[in-house]
Amino acid sequence: MRKVSRWFQRNLIRIYAVVAFTYLFIPVAYTFAFSFNDSRKSNLVWQGFTLENWQNPCGAPEICTALGNSIKIGFLATLFSTILGTMIAFAIGRYHFKGRSTTNLLIFLPMATPEIVLGASLLSLFLVFQINPGFWPTVIAHVLFCVSFVVVTVKARIASLDPRLEQAAMDLYANERETFRRVTLPLVAPGIAAAALLAFSLSFDDFIITNFNSGTMTTFPKFVYTSAARGIPAQANVIGSAMFFLALAIVIIGQVVSRKRKVS
Amino acid sequence: MSDVASSARGDLILSHLTKSYGDFTAVNDLSLTIPKGSFFALLGPSGCGKTTTLRMIAGLEEPTQGTISLGTTEITHTKPYQRPINTVFQNYALFPHLTIFENIAFGLRRRGIKDVDEAVNKALNLVELPHLAQRKPTQLSGGQQQRIALARAIVNRPALLLLDEPLGALDLKLRRQMQIELKWIQKEVGITFVHVTHDQEEAMTMADTIAVMNEGQIEQMGSPADLYDNPETAFVANFLGQSNLIKGTVSSNDGDNQIVDLFGQKISLRKDRSHGVDSSIYAGIRPEKFRISRLETATSGNILTGGKVEDVSYIGVSTQYQVLMPWGQELMVFEQNDDGVAPFSVGESVNISWEPSFTFGLRGDEDAEAGTEVNPDEDPGEE
Repeated sequence: MRKVSRWFQRNLIRIYAVVAFTYLFIPVAYTFAFSFNDSRKSNLVWQGFTLENWQNPCGAPEICTALGNSIKIGFLATLFSTILGTMIAFAIGRYHFKGRSTTNLLIFLPMATPEIVLGASLLSLFLVFQINPGFWPTVIAHVLFCVSFVVVTVKARIASLDPRLEQAAMDLYANERETFRRVTLPLVAPGIAAAALLAFSLSFDDFIITNFNSGTMTTFPKFVYTSAARGIPAQANVIGSAMFFLALAIVIIGQVVSRKRKVS
Repeated sequence: MSDVASSARGDLILSHLTKSYGDFTAVNDLSLTIPKGSFFALLGPSGCGKTTTLRMIAGLEEPTQGTISLGTTEITHTKPYQRPINTVFQNYALFPHLTIFENIAFGLRRRGIKDVDEAVNKALNLVELPHLAQRKPTQLSGGQQQRIALARAIVNRPALLLLDEPLGALDLKLRRQMQIELKWIQKEVGITFVHVTHDQEEAMTMADTIAVMNEGQIEQMGSPADLYDNPETAFVANFLGQSNLIKGTVSSNDGDNQIVDLFGQKISLRKDRSHGVDSSIYAGIRPEKFRISRLETATSGNILTGGKVEDVSYIGVSTQYQVLMPWGQELMVFEQNDDGVAPFSVGESVNISWEPSFTFGLRGDEDAEAGTEVNPDEDPGEE
C-alpha cells in the first residue's frame, strides 16, 4: 500500500501531464480519426476505414472554394497586419512621443472587445459608407483584429533587443538605415515571423466577425458552420487535420532550426 | 567614410563639456586633453559621469554644452558613424546573428571596403583567435567575446578607441591577463585608448595617465605613481588605495617644509606636497609607508608616539596592524614580513614613524571619508 502511494507521489507530475495532454488532444485525435471514415451521409458514426477523403479533399461541394477564400483572406490579412503592426510596434517600443501610452492602451482594445460586438459594428460601419459585405470588407476586418496581436508579439521581441547592438552598429560606421537593415531587422525577424503565423491562424479560423462582413462569400469556418446542420463532410476533417499537421510541422521546423543554429 | 572621419586625427580635446538630464548634472564643465597615442583611463565610482563622458565622445549622447575635437576638427555634433572612433562596449555587444568574421568585417564593409579578408584575419591573429572565425558569438566564452569585441573595433584603425569597463565581466585571473594583453596591443597598434573603469587597480596597471572623476568633474589627473604618491584631494587619496588622514594645523615653516602639529606631536611635510590652503590640514600617509616600532627602538624622521596595537592580520607578504592613537584614531599600518622583527601583538605599546617626504597634505575642510564608501570590487560599474 505504501509502495503504491510512494510510486504515485513520485509520478504525480507525469500522470498530471498525461491527463492534461489527453484532454487537449482528444478533439484533435477524433477529428483526425474521422477524416478516414467512409461516410456517405453523416460523419457522426464510424462506418469503416477509407483513404478516399484524403485522396479527394475537394469532394464535398463548395469546400475548396471556401478553403481558397480563407487562404486568400488569411494571406492578405497577414501581410497587411504584419507590416502595419510591426511599424506600430517599433514606434511604441523605440520612440518616446506624445500619446505613446494611450496608443499602447488603444492597441489592446480590439483584443478586449467581444468579437460579436466588433463584427456587428463593423458591418454597420461598412453599410453607412455603402460598402457591401464581401471579400475586401472581410480582409479589412481581419487586419483590424490581427494588428493588435502583431503589435504585442513584435513589441515583446523589440523590448528584449539590447539597444547597445544598434549603438555598436552606429559606432561601426552604419548609418540609421543600414543599422536597421543589418542589425535591427534581422534580430527582430523571428518575432515578426511568429506574429505573421499568429495573424494567419487567427484570420483563418475566425467565424464571428467574418460571418457579419463576408456577405454571400463562404470561408472555411463558415462552410463548417453551415454544413453542421446537415452533417459535416469528412473532407472538412481532412482539411482540419491537414492544417493541424502543417502548423505542427512549422513549429517543429522552427525548433530544429533554432537548435541547430545554437549548436553549429 | 565621411570627410570628418578621414581627416580628424590628433589629440582628443574636451572643452567645457557638460551633460545634464533635467536637474541632474552627470558631467559638469569638464575640460581635458588626451594626447594622441596614449593609454588614458577615466577612473571613478559608478555615477561619477565617466560613462556619460565616454558616450559623448563616441557620439551616443549629445552634450548639453561644450565641445569635443579631434586634432583641429570639431566633432561635437557629428553622428557616431561619422567619427573615426570605435568602442568596445561593456557587454561587448557582438551581433548575435553574424559570425565572428562578419562581426569583425562589419565596420570595414560599412565603409565600402570590398576586400576585407586580410584585415579581418590580421585582427583575428592579433587577438589570437583565428580559429573562431566561423563561429557565432554565443558559442564563445566571455574572454573570447571580449577579444573579438576588441578586434572588431581595432580592425577599423580608428583615431581613438574607447573601452567601457571592458574587463568587468571577466574573472580575476582572466582580467589580469587581459590587462597585460590590452596594454601590449595598445603599444602594437599605436591607437589612442580611452579606458573607463571603476577598478583602480585596472587603471593603474594599464594607463599612462589617469583622470580620477567624481560627481561629474575631474578630481585629479596624472600618472598612476603621481596620483598614488601625491594625491591632492581626500577622494583621490581614499579611492586609489588606502590612506591614513590625520587632522592637524600648520604651526610653522622651515625652508621647503611645513611643520604640522598633529594633536600635539610635530611632523614635517614638504611644501610641494601640501595642497592645503590655510593652516587647517589633513596629513596623509599611505599605510605601507609607516614603520611600526617598539618604544625602546630608535627611530628617525616623522614620529608619532603613544600608539597601541588594536588588531593584527597576517596576510602573508605583509602584516596589517590597526594602531590606536592617543587622540582616538585608528591608523592602518602595513609591514612587510621581511625584516626579521618579531610581529607585534595586540595590546603592545608602539611608536609609528615614516620618511617625511612620504607625507602629503590635504585641505583641512575636506571630508576625510570621501571616496571610501565605494567598494570597487562590489560595484558592477553600470551607470
